[in-house]
Amino acid sequence: MKKIWIIARMTFRENVRKRIVLTGLVLGLIFLTAFTIGFHMVYINAFNEVGSPNEMLTSMMMTEATNILLLAGLYAVTFLSAAMGALLGADTLSGEINSGTIQTIVTKPVRRSEIVIGKWLGFLILLGLYSLLMSGGTVLSIWTQSGYLPPNVLKGLSLIYLESVLIMTLSLFCSSFMSGLATGGVVFGLYGLAFIGGWVEQIGVAIQNQTVVQVGIITSLIIPSESLWRRASFEMQSPISAALGFSPFSSTSVPSPLMVGYAVIYLVIVLISAISTFQHRDL
Amino acid sequence: MTPVIKTENLRKEFGKYAAVKGLTLQVEQGEVFGFLGPNGAGKTTSIKMLLGLVAPTSGTGSLLGAPLGDRTALARIGFLPEHFRFQEWLTAYEFLQLHGELLGMDSRNLNLRRNELLEQVGLSDFRHKQLRTFSKGMLQRVGLAQALMNRPALVFLDEPTSGLDPVGRRLVRDIIHELRVQGTSVFLNSHLLSEIEVTCNRVAFIRQGEVIRVMEMSALDQNLSMVTIRAEGLTPEVVTGLEQWGNDIRVDSEQLTMTIHNEIDLPEITRYLVERNVSVYALTPNRISLEEIFIETLGKDSGL
Repeated sequence: MKKIWIIARMTFRENVRKRIVLTGLVLGLIFLTAFTIGFHMVYINAFNEVGSPNEMLTSMMMTEATNILLLAGLYAVTFLSAAMGALLGADTLSGEINSGTIQTIVTKPVRRSEIVIGKWLGFLILLGLYSLLMSGGTVLSIWTQSGYLPPNVLKGLSLIYLESVLIMTLSLFCSSFMSGLATGGVVFGLYGLAFIGGWVEQIGVAIQNQTVVQVGIITSLIIPSESLWRRASFEMQSPISAALGFSPFSSTSVPSPLMVGYAVIYLVIVLISAISTFQHRDL
Repeated sequence: MTPVIKTENLRKEFGKYAAVKGLTLQVEQGEVFGFLGPNGAGKTTSIKMLLGLVAPTSGTGSLLGAPLGDRTALARIGFLPEHFRFQEWLTAYEFLQLHGELLGMDSRNLNLRRNELLEQVGLSDFRHKQLRTFSKGMLQRVGLAQALMNRPALVFLDEPTSGLDPVGRRLVRDIIHELRVQGTSVFLNSHLLSEIEVTCNRVAFIRQGEVIRVMEMSALDQNLSMVTIRAEGLTPEVVTGLEQWGNDIRVDSEQLTMTIHNEIDLPEITRYLVERNVSVYALTPNRISLEEIFIETLGKDSGL
């Protein structure tokens, strides 16, 4: 356990020093600033234009608009966090194997499983901080300006975090036997597949074609990342969107809690595979 | 005493290609063991198998009495891999901290040892510089410090001096010498024969991952030697008299070369010449070098 922690700390420090985190942070802050300004302008504008013939209706419309803007923001954050997860994991094992830096580590009295878990833990913490900044920042930006908080906000943000962790774990696994570049390609490819699959499923529901829906579900089983976002947006959508059953950032076809459970098991299996591949690899 | 390294027919195949065909060797405690062979002879793969980096296809072995792949033995081992590629985003200080912690050293001991080693390899002034700013020579130094953190019982050095200037080579030689005095075993993989010659007790010549010959370095000293004598007054009788100590005598005006049976006879030969009124200006034994033995054992075309 102590060795895992040593590796986790090393991983954390490595990525902070290698500027990948700094880049993510700068891009993230630019995003948050733009989002805050954008929301501010929309909010002030809308408030002035609508006036108040019917206070009740206005307030409802405002809430609705705010919810959609929030989900739009979080959608972008989800993508950024997933990209961060993919980048963190992509070069970690393959990069160290190629450069040879792994050799002095593996020849210490450390289990190879401890190395993989330590790295994973380091990324988990990094992604947690990143998520906190980005998702938290987005929610906070809206809350401070309008006083609006979406329903189930903690659940929703946790699911977004879980998605980035899933992508990171997948990336870590691929890098245990592929080059960093190939890992990046594969992971982004799968992420894209999940994205398309999510839309295919929703369209299938809309046009009531069961085969199309099944194609979407199968994609979600291959990589359940997008279904985590869809579950998150479902949790956080406004009651009216829920009643209407359709909005740009929430789903007509909602992944069940079972799908979330599946994603967790998926993640664990991928992590175990990463450990096993690395354990049996010549370095 | 249990040998520090013992292997029996270790074999490693990559696909159909056997990088190491069958390594059988034994290294005793306190020995500085040279591992010699041409490029591509399987030296690095052999070291990697011993250290558990690469799993052997077949064969067995033990390290400090524990079977290969046993992690407990690794706590008492030091390793400097070839090319010296380390976590370059760490400072020298943090780098040694990391490796000390991975070795399970307590913080007090770690601190003391770290300072001591940084001093020894001459990097005290650079302790807070990141390794990315280090030259190859400095990386070698910090790598050596890393390999010695735990006061290992056995140190593996894989091409510790390749691509280094004479100062770097000298440092390695001094450190090996010190380890030898302390009774630490060293497994040295190097092409630099001159280095092996001055540091090792015993060498193994390997080709395609098989030990072709193992030789005590002391045997080199006692080997048949050539002697060159520069002298005035070498009469034919005197030359004939020299035959009792050797043969293959060749005289070229004031210079005589011969192969002697034993270096121990050199003072005797000198006395003999002086007693016969020969003016000796120089008497130089030319030992058969390791290089000559290397070429003789492994062939000129090896390493192609």
